[in-house]
Amino acid sequence: MSDANERISQIVNQHDVVLFMKGTPLFPQCGFSSRAVAILEHCGTDFESVDVLQDMEIRQGIKSFSDWPTIPQLYIKGEFVGGSDIMMEMYEAGELQQLLADKVGSAN
Amino acid sequence: MPAAEIEALIRAALPDAEIRIDDLAGDGDHYRAYVTSGAFAGKSRVQQHKLVYDALGGRMGGELHALQLVTAIPT
Repeated sequence: MSDANERISQIVNQHDVVLFMKGTPLFPQCGFSSRAVAILEHCGTDFESVDVLQDMEIRQGIKSFSDWPTIPQLYIKGEFVGGSDIMMEMYEAGELQQLLADKVGSAN
Repeated sequence: MPAAEIEALIRAALPDAEIRIDDLAGDGDHYRAYVTSGAFAGKSRVQQHKLVYDALGGRMGGELHALQLVTAIPT
């Protein structure tokens, strides 16, 4: 396992809900990351965010970690859930709120 | 990247697909694609999106930054 994989694995296992994004929740640097933050905030869940723009190793590594080509990426309890499109589809169907409630117990 | 090119790549991998591509900003750079294909049956959303990303052959996240994707199974 590469160092990046090891680090990402630790991050997603240390926190219940992790969003890898461009920028920060307060200052997202990309529309897709901004949308992902808004969805999680609407769900009323606490989450850890990782700004990939501050860490080139993670920025590249996260794509192979999940075999997913884009950022943002959401992880719940160590499992890759999807990018912002999937988050939006799940949110609109009520599935994301349900998943958070089941796995983390913090969604409204 | 022209919408027709995106559509051709997706169709080459998913011949049965019904594809609609909206140019969101009218700038040939920000798209939303709706893809309906029988190949998505029984697959998770992540797997469905990966099929489309695979069709785009590594362009996603690089040359193609702003492509929103909505996948569906034919009803």
